[in-house]
Amino acid sequence: MAYPTDLKYTKEHEWIRLEGDTGAVGITDFAQQQLGDVVYVELPEVGAALTAGQVFGTIESVKAVSELFAPVSGEVLEVNTGLKDRPDDVNSKPHESWMVKVKLANAGDADALMDAAAYEALLAK
Amino acid sequence: MTDAASVPLKKTPLHAAHVALGARMVPFGGWDMPVEYSGITAEHMAVRTAAGLFDVSHMGEVEIAGAGALEAVQHITSNDAAKLEVGQIQYSALTTPEGTFVDDLLVYRFGPSHYLLVINAGNIDKDVPWIASRAQEKVPGIAVVNSSDRYALIAIQGPRAEEILQTLTAIDLPAIKYYWFAHGEIAGIRGTVSRTGYTGEDGFEVMVPAAMGSRVWDAVLAAGKPMGLIPAGLGARDTLRLEASMRLFGNDMDETATVLEADLGWIVGWKKEAFLGRDVLHAQKAGGVARKLVGFEVVDRAIARHGHTVYHDGQAVGVVTSGTQTPFLKKAIGMAYVPPALAAPGTALEVDIRGRRAKAVVVPMPFYKRGKRG
Repeated sequence: MAYPTDLKYTKEHEWIRLEGDTGAVGITDFAQQQLGDVVYVELPEVGAALTAGQVFGTIESVKAVSELFAPVSGEVLEVNTGLKDRPDDVNSKPHESWMVKVKLANAGDADALMDAAAYEALLAK
Repeated sequence: MTDAASVPLKKTPLHAAHVALGARMVPFGGWDMPVEYSGITAEHMAVRTAAGLFDVSHMGEVEIAGAGALEAVQHITSNDAAKLEVGQIQYSALTTPEGTFVDDLLVYRFGPSHYLLVINAGNIDKDVPWIASRAQEKVPGIAVVNSSDRYALIAIQGPRAEEILQTLTAIDLPAIKYYWFAHGEIAGIRGTVSRTGYTGEDGFEVMVPAAMGSRVWDAVLAAGKPMGLIPAGLGARDTLRLEASMRLFGNDMDETATVLEADLGWIVGWKKEAFLGRDVLHAQKAGGVARKLVGFEVVDRAIARHGHTVYHDGQAVGVVTSGTQTPFLKKAIGMAYVPPALAAPGTALEVDIRGRRAKAVVVPMPFYKRGKRG
């Protein structure tokens, strides 16, 4: 699978889609494949403060529980409540199924993340 | 305990078939086993609505044969094996003198004085010497043979299992009752077919010589495909068995839990004069147990997992032994040990799920029960 070039990626297999000083955050196709069928996503409240590299939620598949790591620091502006009823969207369209939208605290945070080519190279290792 | 990292994983006779099918392989009880092929949900649903095909060749087989075989089996297992006719199977427990589980198992009566025990894969190394020494303390010289490597064991489970398997055998499958078996040819291979399984669904388990396993596997896969059969891995096997409230050794019962605590009084031969653990179990039957395995549903949106602590009125009262979100019932369910006073359906519990208390309620088991056959 070719990874979308409009996303930035973390080594923990999250992505962020930037629009100005906000970004939508989700998990990658590789991450959803590793998890298997997603049945539950636990997300923070609107207004919560995320810290880059720190846990901001959990995602559960039938078999496993994994933590979600924030790609950037910032405040949660919006939470995708649709995932409560359709957690399997994370499997079927991982790069559209955003979890939270964040107002970036430091615009520079995103510069440290990987682009699609670098992320694909990481997966190929 | 052996160091898992230092011992190479064992492979079943169907290992190459799993890899060729693109299964995700994981270590399980010392074996390299398929956890899923197309996804746990799809595989679970196939078994509930059509059929699934499982490799359970990792399970162990131990045979006890010769004069005194029944006496030996009666001594080491909790259920009353004297009730078995040739061709019949019984669910039972391999018990310690304390009435706890060395393992749970199926007892097949192969002949008048020939029994085959099917035991858990991860317990083979522990069970075989236990069975041999305990059987021989009762019946000196009785033959106890570990035949685990001789067989491939394949489970075909689901409402269409009979229809699919019948295309490959002359054995009259409708005539095989639940927990009975018959010998015959399956896809041209001589073997044994039982109406048993670990999914809560109708279905069969087929035992054939190890070298013939892949021929039977391929034949069932090809015959079943047009009827909706797909290969299913250990992930679906676990969610299916939990939905059906079937206990898993190592989670829901072990050497610290008695047969009665696991709420399996129905596999105790109460009229038997002697067997390992009998006195403890009779005392618990008369005086009550300190804890009991119950089923629960999580009311809040959260999934309870093995090892989570169970609370009632703010007090820690027990521990979750198995828990998952089930694909068919679409609920978070589980089993837990709690004091008997909290075992009644409707009792409110809380489960500590990574620091958050989720509401749960005791419900009757089984969670899922299939409709009547035919």
